[in-house]
Amino acid sequence: MKKPNLSRRTALIASSAAALSLLTGCGAADMTKQASPFANAQGAKTVTLSVQSWVGAQSNAAVAQYLLEHKLGYRVDTVQVDEVPAWDALSQGRVDAILEDWGHPAQEKRYVDDKKTIARAGGLGVTGHIGWYVPTYLVKQHPDITDWRNLDKYASLFRTAESGGKGQLMDGSPSYVTNDKALVNNLKLNYQVVFAGSEAAQITQIKQFAKEEKPFLTYWYAPQWLFKKVPMTEVKLPPYKEGCDADAAKVACAYPHTPLQKYLNAGFSKDGGKAAAFLKKFRWTTEDQNEVSLMIADQKLTPAEAAKKWVDSHESTWKAWLS
Amino acid sequence: MATVTAAAPRVALPGFLHNRAARKLVLLAVAAAVLVPLAEARWAGGSWPHALTVDLSKPLADASDWVIDNRDSHPLFLYFFGYISNAVVLFVRVVYLGLLAAGWAGVTALGALVAWRVAGVRLALGTAAAFLACGVLGMWVPTMQTLALMVVAVLASAVVGVLLGLAAGLSDRLDRALRPVLDTMQVLPAFAYLLPVVLVFGIGVPAAVLATVVYAAPPMARLTALGLRGADPEVLEAVESLGATARQRLLTARIPLARKELLLGLNQTIMMALSMAVIASVIGAGGLGDRVYQALASVDVGAALAAGIPIVLLAVVLDRVTAAAGAGEDRSAPVQWAYAGAATVVVALASRLLGRLDWPASWTLNIAEPVNRAVDWMTAHLYSGVPYIGGTADWAGHFTTWILDPVRDGLQWLPWWSVLLLVATLAWLIGTWRTALTAVLAMAAIGVLGVWEPSLDTLSQVLAAVAVTLVLGFATGIAAARSDRFERVLRPVLDVFQTMPQFVYLIPVVALFGVGRAPAVAAAVVYALPAVVRITAQGLRQVDPAALESARSLGATGRQQLWQVQLPLARRSLLLAVNQGVVLVLAVVIIGGLVGGGALGYDVAFGLAQGDLATGLVAGAAIVGLGLVLDRVTQPTERRTTEGA
Repeated sequence: MKKPNLSRRTALIASSAAALSLLTGCGAADMTKQASPFANAQGAKTVTLSVQSWVGAQSNAAVAQYLLEHKLGYRVDTVQVDEVPAWDALSQGRVDAILEDWGHPAQEKRYVDDKKTIARAGGLGVTGHIGWYVPTYLVKQHPDITDWRNLDKYASLFRTAESGGKGQLMDGSPSYVTNDKALVNNLKLNYQVVFAGSEAAQITQIKQFAKEEKPFLTYWYAPQWLFKKVPMTEVKLPPYKEGCDADAAKVACAYPHTPLQKYLNAGFSKDGGKAAAFLKKFRWTTEDQNEVSLMIADQKLTPAEAAKKWVDSHESTWKAWLS
Repeated sequence: MATVTAAAPRVALPGFLHNRAARKLVLLAVAAAVLVPLAEARWAGGSWPHALTVDLSKPLADASDWVIDNRDSHPLFLYFFGYISNAVVLFVRVVYLGLLAAGWAGVTALGALVAWRVAGVRLALGTAAAFLACGVLGMWVPTMQTLALMVVAVLASAVVGVLLGLAAGLSDRLDRALRPVLDTMQVLPAFAYLLPVVLVFGIGVPAAVLATVVYAAPPMARLTALGLRGADPEVLEAVESLGATARQRLLTARIPLARKELLLGLNQTIMMALSMAVIASVIGAGGLGDRVYQALASVDVGAALAAGIPIVLLAVVLDRVTAAAGAGEDRSAPVQWAYAGAATVVVALASRLLGRLDWPASWTLNIAEPVNRAVDWMTAHLYSGVPYIGGTADWAGHFTTWILDPVRDGLQWLPWWSVLLLVATLAWLIGTWRTALTAVLAMAAIGVLGVWEPSLDTLSQVLAAVAVTLVLGFATGIAAARSDRFERVLRPVLDVFQTMPQFVYLIPVVALFGVGRAPAVAAAVVYALPAVVRITAQGLRQVDPAALESARSLGATGRQQLWQVQLPLARRSLLLAVNQGVVLVLAVVIIGGLVGGGALGYDVAFGLAQGDLATGLVAGAAIVGLGLVLDRVTQPTERRTTEGA
């Protein structure tokens, strides 16, 4: 009973493998050049944008999507991917563009300079900055809290169940650039880094703290719409100097100010026609981005509605991108 | 199956050693007495000794680099993975375009007609309502994307599962080889093996489909094998005496006889594939899962719910229809199927001619806003400062300080060998020496991988969550078993919570319990509770009515009946409930890494987010180890193969 079955199985596997190769055509199958099965449905030209998990990135994508769809006649798919995998997806052509990158030197070298599968597409016009922040209502009570040397004095204010006996420094998503563990260590602070695990969790917690005006210390970044809801002040860390963050374990300085960059898939950049040209020209300001972000995250408009509102009121800005 | 007696010394045993449990304990004590001083002398200290760890980060990082550098040139990728990937894309695309071509009316009609033929009018109406609800929520296109992905993933899982199941059902040797593998797959949290799939296939639909197949095929394989093995020997003998060949016996007797198990397997496969569809959104599956995930990013519970409800509806409909197909006989004639097919085509053509293929935008209902208002209100009023009982944030703080911290610190304080010993004892007392050995080896592997401390942290969260789940689950289950009305009310609630994607309630738990381990535990409890309640209630209801009757006639009160008759008789079900609870809790505690659970869950999330194979894969392997330990430690000797959940 065993034998015939096994040979049947082999035959089945062999025949299904044969069928598979027939179906997909013979020869090499390079899956790194393969689009999403949902793309180009019903004969439309499709652009796939990578949307990172933070709202600022959603705003870029929403406005780009709105203009591509309504002014240039494309169909736009968005995929939410974390930063590093997004580079990988971009190099493979699974997505066509990343509109906001916070600096990934290793990936840039690998994909842009060595493999040439990704092309630079200029700056977004927004400058990003990461830092440690405390709520402004706390600064009013303790004005000297914004210097890192005084943080230990206030550690007991920031104690939570998760941080044990130390003060809590809340970090966010695992995908973000952070040196906080090393910083706490190297600056010899009496703090414990607690990872919220996602930005959504971090924002929810910050809002809950702010509702009761409780003290908190958090890793945060600008531009971010949450500043409008919960005013926060940056804590001064030892100043950033070029190269002071070269060795991740020995970092003892603040984070740099990063001009955010756009990247396109190399093939798309060359053959993407109007869409690629538009995305290369796409450039706006921090205020513009925040305006859209706030509509999405706070007024709970859908990204598409928020984009429409912004587009309707900023015609001169986006006209330049289309020319 | 070998028993303890084989290993027991052949000398006259003192009386108490005739008890099996006592014998096992004595053996373990002897082994410990010999081994522990040795281990303690060499590697003293509480945590796993550093000398016994293997650092895999360098080779893993190299492997990851190699894959990235060779993905577009090496023959392995060009001629093997490339074809798989292309085939997946092709099939998904064909199904997706087919669904779009049928239009919303066509798809709804098709769904309703299939449900009508398989399960009757009531389910047909339910199916149609479910599809329409997806449209009304503004989720028609994402629903179709998810459906396309599901169709391909379920078909692939069913084929793989049936092939494996046939092999295991017909050959004893293959059965022995496959069973531990399938058992392991069953307890694997889905989050743990996304990373390797992504590395090979990249972000996107192929990776998502393959991860889903890996997750959803095992139940099909197990149930196929079970069905084939469970066939009535007399029938088989009769067929054989008629001179049927092996192939004829298989096709005409064994497979038809296993029909019920096959359909149950399909049902389980569909359910698991659907739950994976959401988790796979982390690696670019698109569709409904992606909507949930994106809504999560902007802290928009309402939008997440709007995308979550179609998933729940799809799950409930598919579950009921396949369950009905498994329970009922095949009663429809081919003619009626032909009618149904023709009706679908007519509807699809009509909607096409009317130009109504896409769901009309004006027919949508925005539920996000009211839901968000309700959630805001709830979290604002419950978070803190509730008179007398304190707010949820205070509870979470106390829970962390008084339960999670001591359990974690206690586990981490225990010397490493005593943890192994504890695992061995529990697993052996409940199961066999094989399960004990697997459990101990899995625990040791965690130590060798160098993630002892975070694993014990995760373990402490699992233990705390399981304790809460069992208390609540048993209480609710007992109540449901004793009152029909309560059970009727409970059933839809359980359905919803069992199929609702975990991502939907991650944000509300943070809003209620703050960031940390407490919300991870809370989410795990919510997820595992339905299964525990269900198995408990089912087990209690299956207790032989005669036993209850005789207890009643002896004048036992309701409470006495429960404690002295029902619960002891339902022991098997209760153990199964514990086992299921543990496995489900582990899965969500891992996802809890996204809300501050830390430990292994955070490492996996970190690995995925940073493309860091070294961190992610080691954590994933540790989760597998932990899953094995927890499963084996709670696994009764003869495991019931049909999972109740």
